[in-house]
Amino acid sequence: MYAWIWRHLPGSGPKKLMWTMLAVLVVVAALWYVVFPWLEPKLQFDHGVVTPASTPPGGG
Amino acid sequence: MRVIIRGLGELCITAGVVVLLFVTYSLWGTGRYTQAQQDKLDDELSRAWREPRVTTEKVSLGKGMARIHVPRFGKKFSYVIVEGVEPADLRKGPGHYPGSALPGAVGNFVVSAHRTTYSAPFNRVGELKDGDEIVIDTRTRKYTYQVTGRRIVNPSAVEVTSPVPGRPGRKPKQRMITLTTCHPKYSAAQRLVIFGKLSAEVPRVPATAQR
Repeated sequence: MYAWIWRHLPGSGPKKLMWTMLAVLVVVAALWYVVFPWLEPKLQFDHGVVTPASTPPGGG
Repeated sequence: MRVIIRGLGELCITAGVVVLLFVTYSLWGTGRYTQAQQDKLDDELSRAWREPRVTTEKVSLGKGMARIHVPRFGKKFSYVIVEGVEPADLRKGPGHYPGSALPGAVGNFVVSAHRTTYSAPFNRVGELKDGDEIVIDTRTRKYTYQVTGRRIVNPSAVEVTSPVPGRPGRKPKQRMITLTTCHPKYSAAQRLVIFGKLSAEVPRVPATAQR
């Protein structure tokens, strides 16, 4: 997979490296600012509210 | 075949890196959101308290209603308590259970907060000992509560939030505070609950003079 991406990056040597870093940055930013804020409340492991057994726990 | 196996391996490593990044986000990234929200709530609250009191004043869900300080956690420990304990409220900071007593009132003032994520306001509540102070600032008064005990309960133990903590249905005579957070740390298995009793009440320095 990564070998395939590497082969298809434009330019050669240093230029490829630059593109790689840019791609990594874009992916990390997308995860951090878009995917994780959406995902985190759904997977939240930190619950501190006491609730009647029938209702789902709130945050905390 | 080799290509498939290699691709699978790469995918697994990538997934691992993404999971690690997600853990980093949960523990530290979420705190930045809370800090931004707290700054906003702090400004709103300071402004509201500086203005003359409106007779129809009501605390609305998701808005700041008081400030909490805990001397044991250091001078810098100060959070705006929001009204409400929905997940969205608690992402902003400690939340007051709607329907539980207001600060300083007879009954039980119940506050919940995150212990490990979203700036982790209650990260260190486990260190609180009997007699430690919990200070609640409202518009006009400063209430000092003293810790009287703690319990570790099941997540469904709503009786700790009743007007007389642990005795649902009883008529309250005392002014209590109850803090709830998750227990153990990084888990949702149980709740750590801290109880306190009002020990002092003084008029608060007007907000204009304070900030």
